[in-house]
Order: sequence, then structure tokens, then C-alpha cells
Amino acid sequence: MLLRTINIVALPTLLFGVLIAVWSTVANQIPGFPPPMEVWNELLVVLSDPMYDNGAGDQGIALQLLSSLKRVFGGFALAIAVGIPVGLLIGMSKMAQTAFNPYIQILKPVSPLAWLPLALFVFKDVDMTAIFVIFITSIWPIIINTALGVRSVSEDYLNVAKVLQLTAFEKVFQIILPVAVPFIFTGMRLSLGIAWLVIVAAEMLTGGLGIGFWIWDEYNNLNYSHIIIGIILIGVVGYILDTIMGFIADHFDYRKRGRV
Amino acid sequence: MSAKPFLNIDHVDKIFPLGRGKEYVALRDVKLEIRENEIVSIIGHSGCGKSTLLNMIAGLDTISEGVILLEDREINAPGPERAVVFQNHSLLPWLTVYQNIEMAVRKVRDDLNAKEVKEHVMKYIDLVNLDHAKDKYPGEISGGMKQRVGIARALSIEPKVLLMDEPFGALDSLTRANLQDHLMRIQMQTGNTVIIITHDVDEAVLLSDRVIMMTNGPEATIGEILEVNLPRPRERLTLQHNEEYLRCRGAIVEFLYSKFAKHED
Ligand SMILES: Nc1ncnc2c1ncn2[C@@H]1O[C@H](COP(=O)(O)OP(=O)(O)OP(=O)(O)O)[C@@H](O)[C@H]1O
Ligand SMILES: [Mg+2]
Repeated sequence: MLLRTINIVALPTLLFGVLIAVWSTVANQIPGFPPPMEVWNELLVVLSDPMYDNGAGDQGIALQLLSSLKRVFGGFALAIAVGIPVGLLIGMSKMAQTAFNPYIQILKPVSPLAWLPLALFVFKDVDMTAIFVIFITSIWPIIINTALGVRSVSEDYLNVAKVLQLTAFEKVFQIILPVAVPFIFTGMRLSLGIAWLVIVAAEMLTGGLGIGFWIWDEYNNLNYSHIIIGIILIGVVGYILDTIMGFIADHFDYRKRGRV
Repeated sequence: MSAKPFLNIDHVDKIFPLGRGKEYVALRDVKLEIRENEIVSIIGHSGCGKSTLLNMIAGLDTISEGVILLEDREINAPGPERAVVFQNHSLLPWLTVYQNIEMAVRKVRDDLNAKEVKEHVMKYIDLVNLDHAKDKYPGEISGGMKQRVGIARALSIEPKVLLMDEPFGALDSLTRANLQDHLMRIQMQTGNTVIIITHDVDEAVLLSDRVIMMTNGPEATIGEILEVNLPRPRERLTLQHNEEYLRCRGAIVEFLYSKFAKHED
């Protein structure tokens, strides 16, 4: 037990040391590549005033992250609003499944960024475009997992619904959703993860505001330590998002409450 | 037998299509009339079509040929006047014992107000002696208790017929005996008509007014019907050496293991 505690602290620390060593070596080899200490100092500077706002294109890191998060949640919310009903429909009706399936299979593997130019052309607005790209990214895992959740409702429960003559509406809310919700959250968690991956790339292309744009901008400014700071912060925010989603998912999963 | 049957299974066939033009005739020409307040058990070897017959009465399975009438009305869909107790209890795991029964009551008895619903639910929880477990989830109670909740849920909607598919099959013999006593006591109070599928010869005799013995499939049908002329309430201890009990037991064993013995291959 004690050994394990030591390991939990010691092993990542050891690895951290190795990482820093490799990083320092790389920084020595490539002129201009910021060494760890420089990035650390920059990070403190960047975090010391995260909310400053000198107008478009020059804003604090927190504002950049926030505007990326806003777009992600905008697209994500839309994907939930459309994806869950569609998933329910596909899960419950063989006909809907047959109708939708080919399109889902063909559209799912398309990189969300491929939609970006089309969205820009249609919306002529950076924000709307980013939101649309996130929407189209997020919707597939939500649809697929919702449908899977619906299909995993046991025949016994459906028989109970039949004997009680539940209406379609009652059946959805009293029988199907309680079973499907954990699956839906799995889909949402996947979606949010991918959305966070995609927003960075999308913002690099669309420009304006947001963490992706910020990184690209700093590349153009030859400010390489900021690029590394951006990478670290994206990782941390992504981790926090995933943890929160996991937490919410567990909360809505009746199986996680010791009630099987 | 009274002039008009309560539940009338009239020349019923069940044919399962197997694809590529093939089919399996599970039941052929099943005729059975069941009286109101009667407890009837159906016994037969595995695969003979007991569940299929029960599901057709429940309306969960289609009837291929013939009709089933409940009080002269044709059965063609499931409905709360024919409650089912499933072998695996099928309680909703995200609802407590109370809530499982409550959702059934709310749906079927929309004439009750909130207070009456609560009283009604509690009445049936009382009936199966589960007051102490009413706020537990199905995952937190024993198999026998779950089955009692299943019975309470089925009874709470005050069905005309209670259909039970091997309700005690998965339970140990002590728990089973306990639930059999429960069921007989409750049925004497409520006067339900009960159809119960069983594999257990003693259970069939103990519980039933009549035992329906089925032949083996394919084209299974009713082989014999045995009247159990034992007064109620019945006491399992005193029945041990009762002549009528032993006669009925003997008749069923004879049917199952001699006349229609099944050799597993
Ligand atoms: N959907 C189906 N398609 C084809 N055959 C089926 C189907 N359902 C049941 N059968 C067949 O019908 C017969 C009767 O099945 P049923 O489940 O009613 O038997 P049972 O008497 O309840 O058996 P057990 O005692 O094992 O529960 C079996 O031979 C089974 O294989
Ligand atoms: Mg069966």
C-alpha cells in the first residue's frame, strides 16, 4: 500500500524528469526552440493576466480559451438537441434505421474540417462556421450511442410496457431513457472529446479568436513558447472537460448507484 | 363447470415461421376453458409450448389459428386485465420496490388521486409483506423478494387474470414453498383467476384446482386435465399423506414420465 503510494508519486515525477531532459536537449539542438525554464516563466506571465482585452486579436489566454469553449458548447448543444431524438428514432424504428443508416455510415468518416469551407461559404461568419463544424463532429457518436442504448433495452421491460399499455411517450420516458441515458452520456463524452480536438484546427483555419487561432498567431509572431503553453492548456482543459462529463455521466447511470 | 367460460382458449394453433418457407408447429388445436377464480397450472416438458400458450393469452405473442376469448372478448393485444408475472421478475432496476408498483398503479388506475395511489400501492406491498423493503432497489433485495414485488405489481393493477410463467422456478425450495403459501393466501383474499406454468409436480397439485398436462412438441396439445379435489385453505404438511394429493401427484408423474416421457437427445 505504501509502496503503491510512493509509486503513484514517484513514477510520474521520474518520467517528468526524463521529459524535461529530452526537452532541454531538443531545445539545445534547435536554435530558437524554447527551453523548459523559458516556457515556465512565460506561462506565469500569461497566467498572471489571463483576462486582458486589448480589442480583437489581442486578448488574454482565458478569454481565448473561453471563446473556443463557447463555440464547442454551441455546436455540442445543437448536436445533443438533434442527435438524441434522431438516435431514439433510429433505435426504436427499424424503418428509420434503414433510412438513416447509409447516410450515417458515409458521413461519419468525413473529417469535420472538410465541411469547413462549405460552412464558411454558407454562413459567411466565423463563429457560425466553427459551431457548425463542431455540430457535425459531435453528432455521430451521439446518434450512434443513443440508438445503441435504445436497442439494449431488454425485451422484458418492453413487455412490461406492453402489458401496462404505456403510450409511446410514456415508454420513451419511463422505460427507454433510463436504460439509454448511460449510453447517451458515453456518446456525449466521446463527442465532446473530439469536438475539443477539432476546434483547435478549425480556429487555425478560420482565424479571429480562440485558442487554436491564438496558437497559429503566436507561430506567425515567432513566439514558440506560447505555442507550447497553448498545447499544455488545451490538454488541461480537455482533461477537465472529460472529467466533468464522466462525473455527470456516472450521476445519471442507475447502475453506478449500486442498483443492478 | 359454469355455462359460460371466463377464459376460453378455442382451437388455438401456434406456428412459428422459420424462414425459407419452413415453419414449426409448436401448438396444435389447444382447447381449454377456464372458470373465474380458478387456479390452473400448466405442466409439461421443456419446449412443449407452455410459455408460448401463456404469451398468447397475455397478448404478447400472436395466435396463428383459433381465438382466445376473455369474457367473450377476443384477445389480440396485451392489456392490464391480464397481468403477467415473468420468470425473471422484470422489475425496473432504476425504480424502488414502491416506485415499481406505483408506476403500474398510476398508469392503470388513473381514477385515483395521489393519496389513493399511495394507499393502493401500500396495500399490495403489505399483501406480500414487503413494507420493510419498499424503498429498496431491486438490486438490493433477494430473488424471492423480487418475485414477490413482481406478484404485487401484477396484482396491484387488479387484473382479471394473473398469468405466471414459472414464477418460482429460479428460487430455492424453501423460498419457493414460502411464496406458494403467499400466493394461495393472496388468491383466497383477492379471488383472482390464476394461470401458472410450472415444472414442479408438487407445486402443480398444491396450488391448482386443475392441472393441465401438455404433450410434447411439435404439435403439442393438451394431453390430460386433472381435477384436484382438495379443500382450501391447503396445508402442505397435512397434504403429505392425503389420498387425493397422492392420487393427483401419481397421475401427473404417470403422464410426464410414462405416457409422454421425453428423452433428451
Ligand atoms: N420465436 C420462435 N421461433 C421459432 N420457434 C420458437 C420460437 N419461440 C419458441 N419456439 C419453439 O416453440 C416451442 C415451445 O417453446 P416454449 O418457450 O413455449 O416452451 P416451454 O414449454 O415454455 O419450455 P420451457 O419449459 O423450457 O420454458 C419450442 O420448441 C421452441 O423452440
Ligand atoms: Mg417457458
